Amino acid sequence: MESNKKVDTTGLMCPMPIVKAKKALDELNPGEIMEVISTDKGSLNDFQAWVKQTNHELLKHSEKDGVYTFLVKKNE
Amino acid sequence: MSATTSLLQKMTAGELTRRVLNKEPLFILDVRNDSDAADWQIEGESIELINIPYFDLLEGVDAALEQLPEDKDVLVVCAKEGSSKFVAEQLLEAGRSRVYYLEGGMKAWSEHLEPVLIGKLQDGGSLYQFVRIGKGCLSYMVVSEGEAAVIDAARMTDVYSAFAAEQGAAIKYALDTHLHADHISGGRKLAEQTGGTYWLPPKDAEEVTFDYEQLEEGKVVNVGNIKIEIQPVYSPGHTIGSTSFIIDNRYLLTGDILFVESIGRPDLAGKAEDWVGDLYTTLHERYKSLPDELIVLPAHFGKITELGEDGAVSARLGDLYERNPGLQITAEADFRRMVTENLPQHPNSYQEIRQTNMGKIHPDEEQQREMESGPNRCAVHDK
Repeated sequence: MESNKKVDTTGLMCPMPIVKAKKALDELNPGEIMEVISTDKGSLNDFQAWVKQTNHELLKHSEKDGVYTFLVKKNE
Repeated sequence: MSATTSLLQKMTAGELTRRVLNKEPLFILDVRNDSDAADWQIEGESIELINIPYFDLLEGVDAALEQLPEDKDVLVVCAKEGSSKFVAEQLLEAGRSRVYYLEGGMKAWSEHLEPVLIGKLQDGGSLYQFVRIGKGCLSYMVVSEGEAAVIDAARMTDVYSAFAAEQGAAIKYALDTHLHADHISGGRKLAEQTGGTYWLPPKDAEEVTFDYEQLEEGKVVNVGNIKIEIQPVYSPGHTIGSTSFIIDNRYLLTGDILFVESIGRPDLAGKAEDWVGDLYTTLHERYKSLPDELIVLPAHFGKITELGEDGAVSARLGDLYERNPGLQITAEADFRRMVTENLPQHPNSYQEIRQTNMGKIHPDEEQQREMESGPNRCAVHDK
């Protein structure tokens, strides 16, 4: 799946991954997709909760060797 | 930051512990996500707590401000500390002053050990309880004549080493009442670091990958020249090997068999049906034959209300037969039903924790921390 924007937060700790993701998401148009890379273990629960709370859509998430990847679709 | 903004103050896990024990009012703003916050929280009789995830406060803290009292200290808490500082700084910029963040976050809270003197021993020496307040675990140190024994040590072994050094004592023995499933034992590491011996009940140690001393009834461990006796008492039920200790003919260390307001669970090694009978025999025959005057010192507490005035968790054995809900059902069939129908969720990662304590897997410190995260669930009544 192609993303419209990629946000790499490797090495950053909470709250920075979501701070950066939010900033990037604000600049997208509805329907566009953002990919976020994070190495913060707390990201998984936080991203799921944040996306749900803000009514966007977590299309996919995966973890490999401590690197988390999230695909978020911006809703209206 | 403007010139009028107050400086952000940190609160350590130790300072927070003393506030909880002294019942000093504190308002906590937990900024973790709601599922983590619902899983386990800081508790205390004088603590008020609300949960607003930090990602709901990225554009401003107004939603938090209206719920935070101005006449109380406010402590902002998150998993590690980054988000709590982020939120706390915004509260200060909004004009609040009595704002703290928890240094090291819930991680530090979960690891803090608070030593409490339980009593002086008859022939000299002292018995201390280490209250792991954020996790509900209790461990012990007997100190006598320059020697120390640690019982049910947590993995933060530096705390015991430093405490023993302050008392001018060398740790000679590390003993575990059973193979733990809810936390990683520091016993073996402590023994290795201090050149002492690690004692474990052999029936819990059939799969361990290391050498240990067999902790069995009939043996006596002496601490110090004055010979403070630790007598093992075989008391299965939580695990097949579970062993209690009588120290100085006065204290009964019950491990995970008997707590102050509940009893141990028999299923963490997957054998509830087999072991509930052992648990019954231990609680209603074995312990029952011991003197009522013994002071019970368990390896866990379930509720913060179990902590006494000074933070110690203890009760007279005879009193527990009067008021501990788990001891009120004396018919074996009813007891079996009560225990097997009231088992709470398993502790997080309990299988991996058992494997670690057997020496079969070797997680690094960060992984160990992760495995131990969350609440403790070792008692039948803990929900």
